[in-house]
Amino acid sequence: MKKIWAWGALVFGLLYFTLPLIGMTNFSLKMRRGEYSFDAYQKVFADPRFQETFTYSVMQALFTILFGVLLVVPTAYWVRLKLPRLRPVIEFITLLPLVIPAIVIVFGYIRLYNTSSWLPLTGSLTGTNILLMFGYATLALPYMYRAVDTGLRTIDVATLTEAAQSLGAGWATILAKIILPNVLVAVLSGAFLTFAIVIGEFTMAALLNRPAFGPYMQLLGANRAYEPAALAVIAFGITWGCLGLIQLVSRFQKSAPPKA
Amino acid sequence: MSFLSLTSIKKSFGPVHVVHDFNMDIEKGEFVSFLGPSGCGKTTVLRMIAGFESPTSGKIVINGRDQNSLKPNQRNIGMVFQAYALFPNMNVHDNVAFGLKVAGTDKSETDARVKQMLGLIKLEHLADRFPYQLSGGQQQRVALARAIAVKPQVLLLDEPLSALDAKIRVSLREEIRQIQQQLGITTVFVTHDQEEALSISDRIVVMNAGRADQIGTPFEIYNTPSTRFVASFVGTLSIIEGKVADPAAGAVTIGNQQIALKDPIAGMKGGDSISLALRPEAGSIAEGAKGDTALAGEVVSTSFLGSVIRTRLRVGGDVISFDMFNNPGVAPPVSGDNVTLRFAAKDLLVIRE
Ligand SMILES: Nc1ncnc2c1ncn2[C@@H]1O[C@H](COP(=O)(O)OP(=O)(O)OP(=O)(O)O)[C@@H](O)[C@H]1O
Ligand SMILES: [Mg+2]
Repeated sequence: MKKIWAWGALVFGLLYFTLPLIGMTNFSLKMRRGEYSFDAYQKVFADPRFQETFTYSVMQALFTILFGVLLVVPTAYWVRLKLPRLRPVIEFITLLPLVIPAIVIVFGYIRLYNTSSWLPLTGSLTGTNILLMFGYATLALPYMYRAVDTGLRTIDVATLTEAAQSLGAGWATILAKIILPNVLVAVLSGAFLTFAIVIGEFTMAALLNRPAFGPYMQLLGANRAYEPAALAVIAFGITWGCLGLIQLVSRFQKSAPPKA
Repeated sequence: MSFLSLTSIKKSFGPVHVVHDFNMDIEKGEFVSFLGPSGCGKTTVLRMIAGFESPTSGKIVINGRDQNSLKPNQRNIGMVFQAYALFPNMNVHDNVAFGLKVAGTDKSETDARVKQMLGLIKLEHLADRFPYQLSGGQQQRVALARAIAVKPQVLLLDEPLSALDAKIRVSLREEIRQIQQQLGITTVFVTHDQEEALSISDRIVVMNAGRADQIGTPFEIYNTPSTRFVASFVGTLSIIEGKVADPAAGAVTIGNQQIALKDPIAGMKGGDSISLALRPEAGSIAEGAKGDTALAGEVVSTSFLGSVIRTRLRVGGDVISFDMFNNPGVAPPVSGDNVTLRFAAKDLLVIRE
């Protein structure tokens, strides 16, 4: 009897999530009257603004990931190695972007880095792009930091560091050859999450007025019927693709989990 | 001047003094063990030599060069850890090659050296394995090969065998000793296992609460412990408490029995307490056993250790252990038996604090 309820709940949950998706996908295929077609998708892919904004966001995502890795891996490593008592504090700081709305962050940025400030980043396109990248990195920080910190927990950071030092290695070598490769899986899952966040982000890109994918989706959604549905399916596919890749890399981990 | 010298080393962590005035000179190619109970500061001294901790005061000199200003990665010191600490992302070959690559050695020379090292530890066939595919003993041998591949000035081993099971512990310690002698590496080996220290060291430093209680060859440490701590920690010496009866005659009262020491007791007067020590192999209860001194006592327990039988005997207020060889023709004593232990007066050591 209990089993039936469990199955019922599962089916209800699945329907709750999949029905809108199925409906949306169905709708996106119905641009041509009376038959299924990929017309809406073709339209979307053919739109130069799609290509432009998508490329822009992918590039932003890649730079954000690069910056995030360079920022987070050494920080998380150093905190674990030298400042273990500060870990809760650092963890709290990295969680702040979850509590502070993106709009507050971006207004803060605009105030701090406007054209009449000491560092007028918004004065040039490159500056604004960099600022947006910093913004994305902030949004992705909670995920990136947690992923890397969890990865570091699986290795004996202190002893491995000392072993490498006694063999003559300096900090750069230790980070690049020992620490990073051992948390690579964690870094990759952080990277895919970052990618998914950047591709879908709207607020920051819109307020900084950059041609990103998020604002494009919004624009399209406000003006068209079938294309937004196709776009949503595409965006959804990208996100799920990222999650799938996270699963995949975790499985391809070369070394076994360390013995406890 | 000695190769590695530690002079007046002190170390405190905040208000806690962990190492007090530690002095030690180690010759080139020597194998020295730090032996002592948990928490006595062995690891701390070792880490100061490696540069992972800096001494609160004192001087560390290796090969004429003051080390205090050098970072750990500038000291060229090989280190082997209790937890192996192999790099999990690298296979055996790359682990051993790591130090050579860091030093910028070219590839053919690195490969040759790695091969030579793996030959030394007899693991050439496992060069492609990752650490998690190796047993503990194999991992520790790789860690040893990795540490000596760079031809370190000094090799430091911090309880490298503690995580291994008893059989491998014995075979690996002999392997370590043999490789060390073959290459002539100056080595410091930390252990809290006295048998380990006695069996492989040129010299032993017995440490007690952050001090070196005694420094000497295994023979000296075992046979002539200079403090009560060394006597009780090294070997299985029995400590016997007595009272001086007549210092000039060397007479001592133990419980209600009186015995005579080999020499007069200097610096004590009648009625003073005195501690004596007896090694388990020095006494015998066999019929017609030799020995100019005898103590009667009651058997408390016997334990069968294979080739020897260890018997514990209550004499006065103390328990004395002694060993006898197993003899299938003679049944061991049972608890409650009254026996007489005979030994030579010269085997009875006077322990001074
Ligand atoms: N970083 C540190 N901060 C504070 N106290 C420390 C630190 N490292 C060691 N100690 C203290 O110093 C003392 C000696 O430690 P050490 O690790 O040298 O002992 P040990 O002889 O190696 O013991 P074991 O056989 O258990 O390894 C211990 O009481 C320990 O608590
Ligand atoms: Mg220790």
